Amino acid sequence: MGTKSRHSVWVRTSHWLGAFSVVALMISGYAILMTNPNLYWGEVGNPLVPAFIELPVSRNYQHGGWNEPTPFFEAENSPVSAIRSYDILNLNSWGRSLHFLAAWVMVFTGLFYLLLGFVTRHFKRRLLPAAGEFSGSEIWSDVRKHARLRIPKAASGAPYSPLQKLTYCVILFVVIPVIFLTGLTMSPAVTAAYPFLLDIFGGYQSARTIHFFAFVLVTLFLVVHLLMVVLTGPGQQLRGMIFGSRHEDARDAG
Amino acid sequence: MPDKKLITRRQAIVAGLASASALVLPGCSEDLPPTYGHLLRMGDNFTYRAQRLLLPTQHPVREYARSEISSIPAIGTTDPGDTSHPAYTEELGGAYAQLRDGGFADWRLSVEGSVARPGLWSVADLQRLPRKTQITRHTCEEGWTAIAEWNGALLKDVLEACGVLPSARFVNFSAYDGWEDSIDMWDATHPQSFLAYGMNGRDLPVPHGAPVRLRVATQMGYKSMKFLRRMVITDEFVDPGLSGNIQNGWSWYAGI
Repeated sequence: MGTKSRHSVWVRTSHWLGAFSVVALMISGYAILMTNPNLYWGEVGNPLVPAFIELPVSRNYQHGGWNEPTPFFEAENSPVSAIRSYDILNLNSWGRSLHFLAAWVMVFTGLFYLLLGFVTRHFKRRLLPAAGEFSGSEIWSDVRKHARLRIPKAASGAPYSPLQKLTYCVILFVVIPVIFLTGLTMSPAVTAAYPFLLDIFGGYQSARTIHFFAFVLVTLFLVVHLLMVVLTGPGQQLRGMIFGSRHEDARDAG
Repeated sequence: MPDKKLITRRQAIVAGLASASALVLPGCSEDLPPTYGHLLRMGDNFTYRAQRLLLPTQHPVREYARSEISSIPAIGTTDPGDTSHPAYTEELGGAYAQLRDGGFADWRLSVEGSVARPGLWSVADLQRLPRKTQITRHTCEEGWTAIAEWNGALLKDVLEACGVLPSARFVNFSAYDGWEDSIDMWDATHPQSFLAYGMNGRDLPVPHGAPVRLRVATQMGYKSMKFLRRMVITDEFVDPGLSGNIQNGWSWYAGI
């Protein structure tokens, strides 16, 4: 098995720090979403304007409803204000604090991972496609293998299959950067300094909506990722990602 | 009776984390809100420090056209004088109801603390300062946003008129609904931080904080306190206890 390489210590460290922060981000993000599970497009979105998508998510903050809207101006379609009745103090603030704390872990892990990925040529040697690897026929044949669940059992660590490389690259270099940037776009203080963020995503609420769908993609990735771990020998895969041991090492130890 | 001097493992870990955070977050403790050993509050303080370090310039937030003014919910306390409100007290709510019924003619904002000229400000006093208008986005922590026009005096102009002392670090606000909160001098002197007495060209309506509310454009909506009563400028961070954010599990700094 000379061509198989172990997961190096820095890959394993960043994997588990990343995994920990992703789970914390998912839980806290969901708690934040539950306060107002409606998605909007553009800069403005609130309970008094039509939602782009109403998610079938229960709310974690109950109130007593809205009174009659009062228009601000004389015009026919004037914007309005309405009073929301006060019930209890919103107790969901932990979600945002945990979200930012986990985001910091993610930022530092991401910087560490990016730096070492370039320095050790990990991205070039293992993650980015070899010549012709991302061709339609290669990917398609790999998709068919996966669909029939014919996945080689001993594939703990590199080399990764074309589909595996493509998935990791899309998540690491497209989805996570989009989540990072749309997250920053929801910060009034950050967009004061970098207003172009509002332009590239089409406004605060568009950024929030994109942030949500990127989270859905990460969730799908996580489900498939865990399924692949189970299908390709979970014991060996976990040993590989925790201790860095290869198939043979595990057998020797066992 | 439990021995209060006993150092439990939990306390030791908390103390360790607190001292570790003191290393990561330089400066004296009075510069920052207390964390009471909570990891989430340490994270909040880290975010605050990082943002002030990485984004030191007071850039203005985006302003919008009049045609972009949108509908806006009025949430939280929408009338401190409402006796059915759970936070109603005779002292504050009753006083507010009287002011409200008198058209706020007797309303005064008490300015105290680290200023050369403490005193009482009426709405008319605020209106004598240059009247500023901004059409900006209100960003609620619940995830909703709205665009409105705000009319008022720059908080910076009020602070200058009161002769704010160079030692001042925080501006603390008390409201008629019993809530207390503070912002630092960076947010207080930001060119879009207002004491707003008008909204969409009219007097500020009661549900939106009449007669005067704070508008901090660089922060989440809940930092823009309504129904202002008192403004105390301090050199150190003041924790308002159960009347404020930190001990209710809320982040003091919500700018990110």
